[in-house]
Amino acid sequence: MRRGIAATALVAALALTAAACGGDDSDSGKSSSGKLSGTVTFWDTSNDAEKGTYEKLAKGFEKLHPDVKVNYVSVAFGEANAKFKNAAGGNSGAPDVMRTEVAWVADFANLGYLAPLEGTPALDKADDYLPQAAASTKFKGKTYAAPQTIDTLALFYNKKMLKEAGVEAPKTFDEVKSAAKKIKSKSGKTGLYLRGDDPYYYLPYLYGEGGDLLDTKSKKITVDDPQGAAAFEVMKDLVDSKAATTDASDGYNNQLNAFKDGDVAMALDGPWSIEGAMQGKEFKGDKGNLGIAPVPGGSDRQASPQGGWNLAAYAGSKNLDASYEFIKYMSSAKVQQQTTEKLSLLPTRTSVYDVKSVKDNQMVQFFKPAVDKSVERPWIPEANALFEPIRLQMEKVLSGKTSPENGAKGVGDAYRKLLKDYK
Amino acid sequence: MAVDSSQSLAKAADAHSVRGRGPRTGKTPGRLRRSLSTHWYAWAMVAPVVAVIGVIIGYPLVRGLYLSTTDANEANVERTIGVNHIPATYKSVGLDNYTAVLSDGVFWDRLTWTIIWTVSCVAISFTLGLVLANMLNRKLAGRSFYRMALILPWAVPAFVSVFTWRLLFNEKNGILNKILAGGGIDAIPWLNDPTWAKLSVITVNVWLGVPFMLVAMLGGLQSIPGELYEAAEMDGANAWQRFRHITLPGLRTVSSTVILISGIWTFNMFPVIFLLTRGGPGDATEILVTYAYRLSFVVSPRDFAGSAAWGVIILLLLSLFAVVYRRALRKQGEVW
Repeated sequence: MRRGIAATALVAALALTAAACGGDDSDSGKSSSGKLSGTVTFWDTSNDAEKGTYEKLAKGFEKLHPDVKVNYVSVAFGEANAKFKNAAGGNSGAPDVMRTEVAWVADFANLGYLAPLEGTPALDKADDYLPQAAASTKFKGKTYAAPQTIDTLALFYNKKMLKEAGVEAPKTFDEVKSAAKKIKSKSGKTGLYLRGDDPYYYLPYLYGEGGDLLDTKSKKITVDDPQGAAAFEVMKDLVDSKAATTDASDGYNNQLNAFKDGDVAMALDGPWSIEGAMQGKEFKGDKGNLGIAPVPGGSDRQASPQGGWNLAAYAGSKNLDASYEFIKYMSSAKVQQQTTEKLSLLPTRTSVYDVKSVKDNQMVQFFKPAVDKSVERPWIPEANALFEPIRLQMEKVLSGKTSPENGAKGVGDAYRKLLKDYK
Repeated sequence: MAVDSSQSLAKAADAHSVRGRGPRTGKTPGRLRRSLSTHWYAWAMVAPVVAVIGVIIGYPLVRGLYLSTTDANEANVERTIGVNHIPATYKSVGLDNYTAVLSDGVFWDRLTWTIIWTVSCVAISFTLGLVLANMLNRKLAGRSFYRMALILPWAVPAFVSVFTWRLLFNEKNGILNKILAGGGIDAIPWLNDPTWAKLSVITVNVWLGVPFMLVAMLGGLQSIPGELYEAAEMDGANAWQRFRHITLPGLRTVSSTVILISGIWTFNMFPVIFLLTRGGPGDATEILVTYAYRLSFVVSPRDFAGSAAWGVIILLLLSLFAVVYRRALRKQGEVW
């Protein structure tokens, strides 16, 4: 509160001096003429391997606008959603700018927590964005965020281990199973790490069988169709046949550690883990050992969910003008290019893909086509709440407490409670 | 005659109420003033406490009761965020939330597990605490060291302990499975199998709860006069008989209190379950409070009304437990 008053006073004072000097008019009517000032608190949700780079980039904003202080705060991805909602709903402690998962934007916007960005500096060269990245920033005809990075899942594999076992990168989960058998007999290691604690990793199996969570056009819940049950069946079979190992907790760290230390040969993961994997003993001196292939398919197709991160401004921010500029900066082509060079994350601007360092990045070369074909999730306010019922049933199915059919049915029932106008 | 007697009764009651219950305004203004002038000091002393309790307990309680009869959620409560003003649009739905909870199988599943969890945690930690307290109450070398060591779990913040346990339980890299592997035993899926996960959460909670029991029991043991034991020994009572007929009755006041308190604590033991398993795998280890938390913090939009209804039901269950338990103790001649 006190800081808020101080910032307001400072802004007012500066606005007065600027007006006295007859400052230049900027093209957007909203931002006052003259220099930006005050503090921009930025909640970043990138992981441990990425956050150092993001902090440096965020602080780079201070060089462009010396009177603005960037207050960089790293928030763990798992807690970020609840933490933001607590702060925003309670009107205290919310950041000015938030790095939101693509599925959170519609939810936050629906609750009135986000400032619309049309006509503000934040939406700079909006035509340059990949259409599917831009799709996740819109809610009821307005834009509430700027796409920062886009991603999807792929199959990470340890080239050496697969070669030793004499197998190619598998294209289906059936091939994963037979490859795992060969890997086990050659090296005694497990083939695949299967995330049993995170619903996001259920989606490739669901899409692979030809299913989807919802049909938003006809307002129909499709997750408990036979494809949903088949997806659970495939996962359970991989675990039961010991082709895959899984955990009900700490899955992200367990998976990354198991993969980078060479305890498992394969894992489904996204570009956000490339930096972390490179630090493990299997890849540290030998970057070429990391192989990446499209996610294995089921009986129907190969497909993975579209993910990524957007930047949104908190509607109650005391310093919206600086926040808009900060979003513009963080989603600018230059910063996106730097995140790609340092972290191999995928840009959301088409123009950045033409830059040589981005074009030559191996991970981008692989992930870009995968992202182009990735499946868009339903961008509805409840999108993020769709995950919890899957987690619940997935853990039950994998621990043998319920059958794949009942698991899928359980998810469907939970959706019907959640989405009143769906059938 | 009849009229007379009823009048006199009414008068008597009136007089009683004035004398017993304090001043009645209007009729006898002098009494109020007198009461205030004699007791003002007491009222002044109590007032801040009443005010604080009213604000931090009374208001949320009343608000929670009210919300549980509405359909309030995150999307329809009133708030102003910058330029966005969202008006309140929730409405009263009577007792619908309660009927929805009670007719839902989820509630009864969670209730069953919550009771199993509470009873086993309290029973095991009470027994362990009693045994350890008896052992530490004798003269033995390094007694204060053992006492210190056994109190230690209490000195560590609960969340630190729970996170440490989570590392121990880790199926791939946890030290427990490493030790088992050394003995040639297959890795146990501590937190990944519903049954093992239940055992794991109970283990951690017992580990956290034993120091409290131990301290309370030690205090109780030391308040039992030594002469009783000497007299019993003279009469030829053996160790078990002394324990059975002197120690246990001597501890009854302390133990009945700690069982009630720890029963209520365990029933609502959010951190152990939430930090260790998040209620998983599936919802195997989810107790009533973690489910109420899920409703108001995990689902979107957050279901304030449903969560409040769960909260009220939990409160009613615990009050019921306390009342029944006290009545049972009173029947045994316990004044508490």
